[in-house]
Amino acid sequence: MSAVVVIPAYNEEASLGGVLAEIAEIDGLAAVVVDDGSTDATAAVARSAGVACVRLPFNLGVGGAVRTGLRWALDHDADTVVIVDADGQHDPADVTALLAAVDAGAGLAIGSRFAADAGDYVVGGTRRRAMRILNRLVRTTTGFAATDATSGFRAMNRPVAEYLAREYPVEYLADTVEVIILVRRAGHEVVEVPVSMRERAGGVPSARRLRLVFNFLRLLVGIAGGVLVGRRDGGRR
Amino acid sequence: MSAAAQVTLSAVALGITFWVIRLVGLRRLRSKYALLWLVITVPLVPLAAFPAIVDETGELLGVNYAPALLFSLSGLLLLGIVIHYSWELSRLESRTRQLGEEIALLNARLDDVERSEAGEDES
Repeated sequence: MSAVVVIPAYNEEASLGGVLAEIAEIDGLAAVVVDDGSTDATAAVARSAGVACVRLPFNLGVGGAVRTGLRWALDHDADTVVIVDADGQHDPADVTALLAAVDAGAGLAIGSRFAADAGDYVVGGTRRRAMRILNRLVRTTTGFAATDATSGFRAMNRPVAEYLAREYPVEYLADTVEVIILVRRAGHEVVEVPVSMRERAGGVPSARRLRLVFNFLRLLVGIAGGVLVGRRDGGRR
Repeated sequence: MSAAAQVTLSAVALGITFWVIRLVGLRRLRSKYALLWLVITVPLVPLAAFPAIVDETGELLGVNYAPALLFSLSGLLLLGIVIHYSWELSRLESRTRQLGEEIALLNARLDDVERSEAGEDES
C-alpha cells in the first residue's frame, strides 16, 4: 500500500517549502513536485527538501502538470495518488482523510470547502456564482451532488489514476469539473470529504471575467462532446 | 432564396455543428478550436433558415447591398482565425525547439553519467 502526493508547482518557491515540510510529517507518503516550467527556484526548493522533482521544459498549465504527476506516480507503483496545491491553499493535514475515503472504496475523493463540517471559507460574488453553476452542471450531468466541483484537492485509487493518466483534460476548469464527469461515467465512485482550505489572495479581477466565460463555454463544448459520443469505456485515442 | 435552399443550408450548418462537437468527444479536436468553429456555425443555422435577418441588419447599419455585409464579416472572421493559427504555430515552433534542446541536454547529461560510471569501473 503506497500513496504518492503529486504537487504541481508553477513559481511557488515561497510557499512550496512549507507545504513539503507539512507533508513530510505524515507517515508513509512519497511526494513528487511537478515543476511546471517555473522561472524561480521551485525545483531547487523541492530538491533541497529531498523530494523528487519532475521538471517540465515549459509551462503546461495545472492540468498538464497533474497529468505528468499521475504518470510519475503510476511509474512508481502508487496504489493511491493525492493531488495537493503548492501554494499552501490545501492543508496537508486533510490528506489522511482523503486517503481514508479512497481506502474505504471511493475511486475519487474530492476535498470540499463547502461540504457540511468543512472549515469556513469565504469567496467573493462572481467566483461564488460561477462555482454554484459548475456544481449544478456536475449534478445535472452525473447526479453527483458536488459542493466544490472546482476543488483541485483530490485523492484517487490506481484504476482512476490509470484512467486519468490517459484521459486527463488539461484545460482549465475541465481539469477539475470535467474530470468528475469522466470518472463518474467510467463507473467509479466519487465522494466528497470536508476539508478546510486556507485563504489565498484571491477573488476574480474583472479583467479575468471574460476569460472565465471563455473557459466556461469551452468546458460546455467538452462536456457536450462527451455526452454526444457517449464515452463510457474510457474513450478512444 | 427558395425554401428548399434555406432548409438545406441550415441543415448543413446544424450538421457541421454536431460534427465539431462529436470530434471534441472523440478527442480529435481540442475544445478551444471547437469553440472557434461553433462561433461561426451556430449563428449560420438561423441565418440560413431566415435570410431576411441579413437584409434587416444591413438596413439597420445603412449598408446598400446587405449580402456584402455577410461577405465582409466572414472575411474578417477567417482573417481572425488565420492570425490565431499563426500565433498557435509560432508557439508550437518555439516549443518543439525547446523540446529538441531539452533532449540534447539530457543526452549530454546521460553521456556524463555513463562516462563517470565507466571511470569508476576501471579504478
